[in-house]
Amino acid sequence: MTIPASLRSEAEIDGTVDGAAHAATDVDIDIGYNFAYLDEQTKRMIRRSLLKAVAIPGYQVPFGSREMPLPYGWGTGGIQVTAAIIGRDDTLKVIDQGSDETTNAVNIRRFFARTAGVKTTQRTAEASIIQTRHRIPEQPLTAQQIMVYQVPMPEPLYKLEPRVSECRKLHALADYGLISVKLYEDIVQHGSIATTYDYPVIVNHRYLASPSPIPKFDNPKLNMNPALQLFGAGRERRLYAIPPYTSVRSLDFDDHPFEVERWQHACALCGSRASFLDEVIVDDAGSRMYVCSDSDFCREQRSHADAGGPVPAEPASVIASV
Amino acid sequence: MYVAVKGGERAIEQSWRQLASARRGDPALPALSVEQIRQQMRLAVARVMSEGSVYDEELAALAIKQAAGDLVEAIFLLRAYRTTLPRFGYTLPIETERIEIQRRISSTFKDLPGGQILGPTYDYTQRLLDFALLAEDPDAAAAQSSSAGVSAADVAPEVAVATSTPVPRVIGLLDREGLIEQEHPRTEAREPGDLSREPLSIPADRSTRLQNLARGDEGFLLALGYATQRGYGNSHPFAGEIRYGRVKVEMEVEELGWSIELGEIEVTECQMINKFDGNAQTPPAFTQGYGLAFGHAERKTMAMALVDRALRAGELGETVDSPSQDHEFVLYHSDNVEASGFVQHLKLPHYVDFQSELNLVRRLREQHPSLRAAAEPATMAPTMTPTVAPDEEQAA
Repeated sequence: MTIPASLRSEAEIDGTVDGAAHAATDVDIDIGYNFAYLDEQTKRMIRRSLLKAVAIPGYQVPFGSREMPLPYGWGTGGIQVTAAIIGRDDTLKVIDQGSDETTNAVNIRRFFARTAGVKTTQRTAEASIIQTRHRIPEQPLTAQQIMVYQVPMPEPLYKLEPRVSECRKLHALADYGLISVKLYEDIVQHGSIATTYDYPVIVNHRYLASPSPIPKFDNPKLNMNPALQLFGAGRERRLYAIPPYTSVRSLDFDDHPFEVERWQHACALCGSRASFLDEVIVDDAGSRMYVCSDSDFCREQRSHADAGGPVPAEPASVIASV
Repeated sequence: MYVAVKGGERAIEQSWRQLASARRGDPALPALSVEQIRQQMRLAVARVMSEGSVYDEELAALAIKQAAGDLVEAIFLLRAYRTTLPRFGYTLPIETERIEIQRRISSTFKDLPGGQILGPTYDYTQRLLDFALLAEDPDAAAAQSSSAGVSAADVAPEVAVATSTPVPRVIGLLDREGLIEQEHPRTEAREPGDLSREPLSIPADRSTRLQNLARGDEGFLLALGYATQRGYGNSHPFAGEIRYGRVKVEMEVEELGWSIELGEIEVTECQMINKFDGNAQTPPAFTQGYGLAFGHAERKTMAMALVDRALRAGELGETVDSPSQDHEFVLYHSDNVEASGFVQHLKLPHYVDFQSELNLVRRLREQHPSLRAAAEPATMAPTMTPTVAPDEEQAA
């Protein structure tokens, strides 16, 4: 079957590169700014806050977030964390919704290519730092990698208690009854927990934390992950962390255990049944197609198939709607 | 996945080119110079400097030009530049009593020492479109500007007379009777924080709140201040004094041991006088709300003073029952760079979260009694027809 152009990467359309690491020289480097844009004092301040965050897993550390040349809400927290930890030898991958090619991911990757001159890549396995919005890559991470999450609302209780000062008290007392009641009410009203993304977790048996708006499909990947996971909320001026091999439990009840969403379809491009699928409307009649949200994973799967691996399932996942 | 947001670098570059040409407009017309904006759009420049929290008329004008007149975007540009500036130290507090006054009015006394000085204001104009400006010849305007220099010189002595001596504040006059609370610098008070370097924490002291409001969005403060006048946290305000003019900025240099003048800035200051009912310990008196902004910004400073006073409700023992009095509500939502970024981040793709919600809503609808009933024709409730055809269920 033909893949719609919109689902192919630019590299594939060009037929030139396949997402492998770009040398630093591909993009003109801005010399008017310090390495990775932020001044060294600011990076130090952020690293100190990060150390505190790692020492108290899941605890939100206030930090002196700076005004960045990208808008608040567009990844300024993640950018500041990446800027504070990145070195010349790092290889950076930036994804948004699992894809390396959404405009914001392109923009942030280019920002670091320009201000830090580091190598960038689209391949999960090649990256030493992965900055993400809304997804965790399908490919398991290693102890050599750091995940940097962009966080819009670091406070997992904000929908229940908008006051920051109140929420801080609830965290101090580990008083999380409020959120349990919310999940319970979901069950009473809908028969199941009606939270599908930004699903609250307890980190290291102590702090309630927001995993950022990743789908709950990704929540199990947070638990005992070998990679260091750092979370930056620029507008809300908070940092927090999940150190490697830390317990992360998604909230649930004994009789309503945590579950991830499943699809009845396989990816129409690579045939994977294990990945998070995006639903794409492909024509005016409303026909739908399901494809991997993780563009690198999908490409890897297809290249394995080309090399004589298992052939992807027939695109039964294209469903004609009435 | 929406195609429109997945275009990669070439699409972004194309968008930049279109932005540049849209900003420039018709190339047959001469481009606006930064100096023209600075001179002829001084109120926009003032707002961008205040909310961008850096006093630099030229850069503010540049930001306005680059932002095609979108002031919130211009404020953002200036803020992002400001972050990169090194800090040399802190100036001494400016002495607004020694302001070189261009406008000064009080609505509480008919006449007062220093007088009422109207200065440049739209307040006493009839708001009729001046069609003469339509026909203004740019060259003639240039010629006029040299004569304007002369007329400015004519005006200058008058201003100089008014400002040769410090003009006492209305608030100070009331204080002689002990009618109004006075705000004196306290020696034991801690150094004011710096919101551009440290995160806001609640409860916030007044200096932090004022800093937040000074950077705050004019429209937001205007609406909140207006709400207090309509009963949402009424504070019985009077415009005690509004003054606008130039003031010296001085800094103490350690090596010298005395202060040196760095230059002058224009500021607008508003002191609202608000009735205070008193309580068991304190007799009734007047209290203050305070507003200060760069450049000429009366609406902003008046709104700021109203909100400042409203935020003091708690510490003055008044009931806190409206948003304008609520520290978290006001201080966490006043910044237009933050607000604009977060509201507009909804333009970013959210299809992963949306996919999750889509799956959930489909599942919940499958289980919902009203839709199940509709699927079975023998239902006893014919009015409960679903509003959406059950196509979607099949797709799920």
